[in-house]
Amino acid sequence: MTSTGTGAGTGGLAEVLLIGVPLAAPLAAAVFARARREPSRAAGWVTLAAAVAILLAGTFAAALTVGGDELTWGSILRIDALSAVMLIVIGSVGVIATWASIDYVADELASGEVEAHDIRRYATLVPAFLAAMVLAVLANNLGVQWAAVEATTIVTAFLVGHRRSRGSVEATWKYVVICSVGIALAYLGTILVYYAARQTSIPEHGALDWTQLVAHANELDPGVMRIAFALLLLGYGAKAGMVPLHSWLPDAHSQAPAPVSALMSGVLLPVAVYVLIRYRVIAVEALDPTFVRNLLLVIALASLVLATSLIIAQRDYKRLLAYSTMEHMALVMLGLAVGTPLAIAASLLHILGHGLAKAVLFCSAGQILLLERTTRIDGVRGLLSRHPALAAVFAVGFLALLGLPPFSLFVSELGLARAAAADGLGWVIAVALGLLVIVFVSISAHLTPMILGSVPDTGEPAGLKTAAPLVGGLLVLAVLGVVAWPVDQLLHTASLIGGTR
Amino acid sequence: MSTALYTQLLYLVCGGLLLTSVLTLWRRELSALIRLLTAQGVLLAALAALLGTQDGGLELFAVAFGVLLLKAGVLPVVLRRVLVDSGAARETQPLVNVPSSLLAAALLTLLAYAVSRPLVDLDPTPTTHAVPVGIAMVLLGFFVLVTRRRALSQVIGFLLLDNGIAATAFLVTAGVPVIVELAVSMDLLLVVLVLQVLTARLRAAFGDTDIDELRELRD
Repeated sequence: MTSTGTGAGTGGLAEVLLIGVPLAAPLAAAVFARARREPSRAAGWVTLAAAVAILLAGTFAAALTVGGDELTWGSILRIDALSAVMLIVIGSVGVIATWASIDYVADELASGEVEAHDIRRYATLVPAFLAAMVLAVLANNLGVQWAAVEATTIVTAFLVGHRRSRGSVEATWKYVVICSVGIALAYLGTILVYYAARQTSIPEHGALDWTQLVAHANELDPGVMRIAFALLLLGYGAKAGMVPLHSWLPDAHSQAPAPVSALMSGVLLPVAVYVLIRYRVIAVEALDPTFVRNLLLVIALASLVLATSLIIAQRDYKRLLAYSTMEHMALVMLGLAVGTPLAIAASLLHILGHGLAKAVLFCSAGQILLLERTTRIDGVRGLLSRHPALAAVFAVGFLALLGLPPFSLFVSELGLARAAAADGLGWVIAVALGLLVIVFVSISAHLTPMILGSVPDTGEPAGLKTAAPLVGGLLVLAVLGVVAWPVDQLLHTASLIGGTR
Repeated sequence: MSTALYTQLLYLVCGGLLLTSVLTLWRRELSALIRLLTAQGVLLAALAALLGTQDGGLELFAVAFGVLLLKAGVLPVVLRRVLVDSGAARETQPLVNVPSSLLAAALLTLLAYAVSRPLVDLDPTPTTHAVPVGIAMVLLGFFVLVTRRRALSQVIGFLLLDNGIAATAFLVTAGVPVIVELAVSMDLLLVVLVLQVLTARLRAAFGDTDIDELRELRD
């Protein structure tokens, strides 16, 4: 009846390790943090080790799947090149965020604003969050995948509400209610996919397996699949910060602790997009491809316009970062709308680049907040003269985010433009580029006085904390923008899985 | 069980499900809403058991028992505890008055029938003909969620929406695979527990749990 036991044990030891380790490592870290009475740096280091384990597993899995192979564990878990890319994204953003967490937590505890048991809960939930995202990426069974995405909402609820201020309670409430409703709609969509699959030649136990659904996609009933895909797009779109269920995003990102914002922006939203990439492959086979494309285009362009309009007059730098996340996810969704292998490859590279840049930016913004005690843009002036190292990382991170060469976001945005132009969507590119120029100008205008402006007082310059991962992240971004070889072949294989034609 | 009797019982249960959803728009006392939700949980379990008599296997009876335990047992208890803690027995003025709400309910039910045409057409059996009821419950739950101001009544709206999805799942496919069913129930329980803690925090931070008070964060 259930899908267990159908192909269990198909993999060798290496495959089982590659699938088991990225799941087990963060769970073990969560148990370790839970078991310790007092908050300690050790829990932070163990979580960092778990993130490194995910990154390593992703890299090894990438080496094994780059030729188009796949690793499976029963019919429930599976790694192909596309999931390997996502594992690498989770691992690399996770390393930056969990590394920065160690100092962040120590500072917070020293400031006396949170208590020891809050810190302990934080240390338990962050690795659990990583584990839930890994499960969502590895799941081949779409029902299990849904449950994993929903689990991310539950786990992050008390991370967003880490501090108990009015603002953070409000943000948490909106986050849980809106995302739960969104994900409930996605569940309805999943059920309808299951219903459609049961009327085809797919065996009952495999009717929610992505591999089976892709193989039999053209047998699925278009009438049911049309409703299902719309619901899935609405539901997982809510988790990806797309309109119309986007309003949780700026609140949650601005209220969550900086490393958690980094993880949500850099990984959680892309995981929701990843789920949509998987569903899109089924939908374009089962439905009229122009229907799928138009639906994605409408959602992506509406989100892009909304994010741009809210960036223009933004007064809070953490909300500015949140809306910029929305803007970049909208660009990735445009890539999905185009849907050719080139567009999917560019989207995946964009996810990786954006994740790294945002992780660096949120973590350095967290340090700025600790020093300046305000999130208002006009409350921060002349950072470069007062805290040169921190200001430099923050500024360079923004240059990367705005898509300037040599950083990889330049390459991926160019790739998206080329893919869309090649597929007759030139007008979309014109609109998107126009909006990107507006974003570029407004962010530069917001940022210049923050970084360069006149100095109100000259206090003791604060050094950059956890410099290694932040500078390292920027270096990787620059390297990825200049030489393509580390990920080129992997992205190509992944794009053939997620792209059509 | 004969097919005719099965069909009659099925439509009776589905009628009850729709009725409980519509009645939530009519009643304002939170305690009454929780009673309606409990009744709906019992009906949902009855639906699963009824499908089990046609299916022949024991699995659906086990699912029915689980549904009864969760939706008519655990969740109402949690909600009642929130209600006792908050001390606010009555619903504040909803954004939409009762007559308009009931009119909206009629329109939403019609919409549900229109939308679910393709779902019925794919496999027209007596069971799938009742699918519009599930979709209507989803829409009504969503309506409650967006038009009520108390934190607790938003949770109730969410649970009504979720019951609608569960009913749809039973009607179209006699339930999803058990592993998914388990994960879904687990998630639902955890979400409600999270929301329970959050209502307490909302009350601590904002006094009364009126959602309109939430105005700290804006652009």
